[in-house]
Amino acid sequence: MSEQSYEAYYVPHNSKLPIFASLGIFLTLFGIGSILNDMTAGVEHSAGTWVVLVGGLVLGFTLFYWFATVIEENQQKLYSDQMNRSYVWAMAWFIFSEVMFFMAFFGALFYVRFWVVGWLGGEGDRGPSDMLWPAYTPEWPLMSNPEADKFVGPAEVIPSLQLPLVNTMLLITSSFTVTIAHHAIKEGNRKKLINWLAATIALGLIFLVVQGYEYYHAYVDLGLTLASGIYGTTFFMLTGFHGAHVTIGTFMLIVMLGRALKGHFDADDCFGFEAASWYWHFVDVVWVGLFIFVYLLGGGPTGF
Amino acid sequence: MSAVIEHDNHEDHHHGPDKGLMRWVLTTNHKDIGTLYLWFSFIMFLTGGVFALVIRAELFQPGLQIVEPEFFIQMTTMHGLIMVFGAVMPAFVGLANWLVPMMVGAPDMALPRMNNFSFWILPFAFSMLLATFFMEGGAPNFGWTFYAPLSTEYAPPTVTYFIFGVHLMGASSIMGSINIIVTILNMRAPGLKLMQMPLFVWTWLITAYLLLAVMPVLAGVVTMMLMDIHFATAFFDAGGGGDPVLFQHVFWFFGHPEVYIMILPAFGIVSAIIPTFARKRLFGYASMVYATSAIAFLSFIVWAHHMFTAGIPITGEMYFMYATMLIAIPTGVKVFNWVATMWKGSMTFETPMLFSVAFVILFTIGGLSGLMLSIVPADFQYHDTYFVVAHFHYVLVPGAVFSIMAAVYYWLPKWTGNMYNEALGKTHFWLSFIGINVTFFPQHFTGLAGMPRRIPDYALQFADYNMISSCGAFLFGFSQILFLFIILQTIRGGKKATDQVWEGAHGLEWTIPSPAPYHSFSTPPKNLEEAHG
Repeated sequence: MSEQSYEAYYVPHNSKLPIFASLGIFLTLFGIGSILNDMTAGVEHSAGTWVVLVGGLVLGFTLFYWFATVIEENQQKLYSDQMNRSYVWAMAWFIFSEVMFFMAFFGALFYVRFWVVGWLGGEGDRGPSDMLWPAYTPEWPLMSNPEADKFVGPAEVIPSLQLPLVNTMLLITSSFTVTIAHHAIKEGNRKKLINWLAATIALGLIFLVVQGYEYYHAYVDLGLTLASGIYGTTFFMLTGFHGAHVTIGTFMLIVMLGRALKGHFDADDCFGFEAASWYWHFVDVVWVGLFIFVYLLGGGPTGF
Repeated sequence: MSAVIEHDNHEDHHHGPDKGLMRWVLTTNHKDIGTLYLWFSFIMFLTGGVFALVIRAELFQPGLQIVEPEFFIQMTTMHGLIMVFGAVMPAFVGLANWLVPMMVGAPDMALPRMNNFSFWILPFAFSMLLATFFMEGGAPNFGWTFYAPLSTEYAPPTVTYFIFGVHLMGASSIMGSINIIVTILNMRAPGLKLMQMPLFVWTWLITAYLLLAVMPVLAGVVTMMLMDIHFATAFFDAGGGGDPVLFQHVFWFFGHPEVYIMILPAFGIVSAIIPTFARKRLFGYASMVYATSAIAFLSFIVWAHHMFTAGIPITGEMYFMYATMLIAIPTGVKVFNWVATMWKGSMTFETPMLFSVAFVILFTIGGLSGLMLSIVPADFQYHDTYFVVAHFHYVLVPGAVFSIMAAVYYWLPKWTGNMYNEALGKTHFWLSFIGINVTFFPQHFTGLAGMPRRIPDYALQFADYNMISSCGAFLFGFSQILFLFIILQTIRGGKKATDQVWEGAHGLEWTIPSPAPYHSFSTPPKNLEEAHG
């Protein structure tokens, strides 16, 4: 390959962004730690609140400015194809790491459901636990916990074929709408892009509202909480982390909508959008896993 | 046309480093960031080392002399955490930063700003972790493996900061790994094939993959702890239908690949150094790549061999025992390849080679004691004794740490442009070699005789071996001051190094001047047959 045809690789000389991001993320987490410790110790008005506020602002502004810088550099055509491929690879591997994060929680669910619940009832080699909690019945969903005073079990669990089914349809539809928006970029049809992207965001927001209502219903009407034993634990942690990811994904899509309105993205240069849509598809796939393993095959009522 | 566009806020266009402290805070240069990682890891190595010496001072004689048991267990916990996450891992990332772009003929790391971010998170993370010493309740006291419920129900309140510290380290590792993978996959000089890459690059590619696969799982398990502690969830509480053993499963699903994360780059380093000083090409390059991949794959399916006494079903124990034994096969391939590389070579024994040969021998001892530990009925005797301590220190200290020292001596002339003092280097090697064996070899015997780990006192019959062990530890510890002196001396001056530095050295990094210019490959190298070391 001749020297002329070797493309330039953009290496910024110095950046203030990372050190501020490091400081911001440190203050945020340190503050959250202080709040949690004060909460558990029963201290009111934790000083950590201020630390979180400062840290969150530093982190938020830095990330905003960081992304703005990258977008600006891209608009100035400083990035070669090789540079863009670096972003593509990086996003793909980032999503892989996110998948592994969910694997930890799915693994915990399967392990508890298929082994622990039975062992606690005296199955296998675990005879003594039978004597510890004679009233305990192994079942899934676990409605009555071994130590029933400390962990008050739920009265009911969420039926699978009501709100969760609605949410499944919302998210699957949103996977299609975001793909249509992607095609619109490839066709150079900005109006279509904006409309379908807005539709995707709307579906994401409706999903979050429905999920919020489901949590409210679980806490207030069903007695299903984080503290109601291992069923509530796995249920809320899995769906909760998924909900957090939907929130992040929706936020990404809103940013992309803003960029689309400003005239960014064309058929050859739209990886920002594609990265957000990959993330969105990842969030959808996790939901399908949740719908199948937490709700549909979760042993609870279907609601039909 | 330059491959590096310097983006500069000032009008004057310069290619060298900035002056002053801010160079190090704001830098996006892979060499600067590599240097930062290496110095950080050395500071952590000395910090963790001081903790180790507190432990060994207390264990010098039976009975309680120097520290309270509460503080002793904080020392063992923090020693492990600091050495694993603060010393060994950042040292390897620092070496990757320095070497991978030079070895694959790239202008820099793929994502330079994120590279700086990955590093600067670490000082914050370890400040958070070390600050727990000065907080109410004291530092984490549940061992570096932080088993629940020790780390949940019975933990000091500082466990919250430990959890967030781990989150920060994880974020740093994940971003660092993404950067390394992308650099290797996307930034190779045009025409450089994967199977032409030096083994250090290969082993880091696989290591980065392991990190991306398991650091999120570690984040998951500490998050479960956080929820159990502060939000009354029941992951690790049998009373709520959970299981403390669940903690061990999730932790070791991270933990076992983690131990290979700490050794695969070492394999890469030794595979670079032995051919140079044996003046032969590496024996069995392709089999080295496949063996590394096989070890990485197996690392995911053997985790419960750490839990044989936790009460897992007997069929599970049998499976994990045999799966674990399989690891000896690809590891054996590597050891035999190194030996075959040396076979009939024109060997000389400069300091990096001494450390590498010691690595092959002593790591093999650590590997074989690992094989003993994999045998279920035997493990019931060995579990949680000093035999385990001896085993993993043999793979981590003369394994991982020796390889890092070898790498520093081997590439220091390239980094600084100066040769280190060979006589002092050899002295450092022999003091370390003797120190390490005197420290850890007797622990095999005390462990087999039943001395438990993490306990500040012991029965009288273990007294002699513990005294020997403590003497070795102090010898090894203080020898590292010599290491620091040699490095500083080399940075300040010394005999000028040639570009190739070592007469038998192959690889792209030896084709550029010593010291390596701030940007190594502004235009991609052509002599790609040089790449494969």
